[in-house]
Amino acid sequence: MNKNRQIELWVGLFVAAGLAALFVLAMQVSNLGTAYSGDSFEVQARFDNIGGLKVKAPVTIAGVEVGRVSDIFYDAEDFRAVVVLAIQDQYQQRIPTDTFAKILTAGLLGEQYIGLDPGGSERFLEQDSEIAVTQSALVLEEVVGQFIFGKGAEGLE
Amino acid sequence: MGLFSDLGAWVLNALQRLGRASLLLLAMLRGFVDMLYRPRLLLEQLYSVGVLTILIIAVAGLFVGMVLGLQGYYILSRFGGETALGLMVAASLVRELGPVLTALLFAGRAGSALTAEIGLMKATEQLSGLEMMAVNPQYRVLAPRFLAGLISVPLLAAMFSVLGVAGGWFVGGGMLGVDQAAFWNGMQDGIDFQDDVINGVIKSIVFGLVCTWIAIFQGYDCVPTSEGVSRATTRTVVHSSLAVLGLDFVLTALMFGE
Repeated sequence: MNKNRQIELWVGLFVAAGLAALFVLAMQVSNLGTAYSGDSFEVQARFDNIGGLKVKAPVTIAGVEVGRVSDIFYDAEDFRAVVVLAIQDQYQQRIPTDTFAKILTAGLLGEQYIGLDPGGSERFLEQDSEIAVTQSALVLEEVVGQFIFGKGAEGLE
Repeated sequence: MGLFSDLGAWVLNALQRLGRASLLLLAMLRGFVDMLYRPRLLLEQLYSVGVLTILIIAVAGLFVGMVLGLQGYYILSRFGGETALGLMVAASLVRELGPVLTALLFAGRAGSALTAEIGLMKATEQLSGLEMMAVNPQYRVLAPRFLAGLISVPLLAAMFSVLGVAGGWFVGGGMLGVDQAAFWNGMQDGIDFQDDVINGVIKSIVFGLVCTWIAIFQGYDCVPTSEGVSRATTRTVVHSSLAVLGLDFVLTALMFGE
C-alpha cells in the first residue's frame, strides 16, 4: 500500500470514528435514543397545585411510562393549572375516562411525575378529552404546616 | 510623555495585528473554494492535524473520565447519590470538559506545530517562493490547514467525551460497583440532545476556529528568524489557551444561562 492510500485510510478512519462518537453521544448518552418519537394524543388534566412538575416529566400507569407532560399553563378562569399529557398513540381508546391522575414524587426528593390510576368506565380517553379526577402535588411545607397546626389544636383542648 | 506614546504604539500595533488577522481569515475562507478542486491538500492536513492528535485526545479523555468517576463517586456516595454518577460524568464532559480540554490539547499538539511549520516556511522563504511562481500561499498553504483544524476539533471533542464517559463507566460501574442501569438511565434522562450535546458541538466548532486561526496567523505573521518562530509558537499556545478559556465563559453564559 503506497503512502497516499495510507493517509486516505487514516483520514477516513478518523472521520468515521469522530462521527461514530457523535452518534454515540446522541443515542447512548443523551435522551435522543430513549425519547418516544412516534405519534401521541393529548389529554388535559386540571390540578389545584402542580408543585414542581415540569414539562417533559413522565406520565406512568402502574409505573410504566406511557407518555410525557407536553405543556403546563395556568387557567385564569378557574384558578387551576392545566397540564397537557401527550400519551403514546397505542394507548388511544385504552385508558378509561374516569382515570385518576396524581402528581407523585420519585423518591423523597426526586423529580415529580404523573401517575394514572385507570378507572372502570366503558368509555375511553381520546384526543382532547379531559381527566376529571385529579390529586394535587404533595407540597412539603403544607404537610408540615398541617401537622404543626394539628398539634397546636390538640394543645388547646 | 514616553509612557503615553508607548501605550499609543502598543494599541496601534494591536489594532494592526487584529486587522491583518481578519484579512487573513477572509483570505482563507475564500481559499475554501480552491480546495474543491484539490481535495488532496485538505486530506494531507487532516492527517497531520487530526489523525496525529487522536492519541493524546484518546488517552486524556479516558483518564479524565476515570478521575471524574473516582472523585464523583467519593463525593456522591456521602449523600447516597452514587446513582447520579453517570449524569455527573457525562454532563461535565459533554458540556465543558470535552470541548475545552480538547481545544487546549489541540492548541498544544497541533496549533504549535502549525505555527512552527508556517513560520519556518516563511523564514526559509518558501512562501515568497510560492508567490514568485504566482501561487497564492494563503490559498495553497494556509486555507487547507485552517479547514482541517475546523473539521478536526469537533470530531476530536466528540471522541474525548465518549472515551471520558467510557472511562467513568469503567471506574464507576466496573471498579466501584455503581448500578449499571442507574448509571446509564440517569445519564440519558439528564442529558438533553439539543441543550447539551448540540451546544457542546457548537462550542468545539468555535474553539476549533479560534485555535487554528491563531496558530496560522502567528506562523504567517512571525518575525522570520529562529527566535521569531520560537516566540510565535509560544504565543500560539498562550493566546489559544486564554482565548478558549475566555470564550468558554462567554459561550456558557449565552447557552446555559436563562
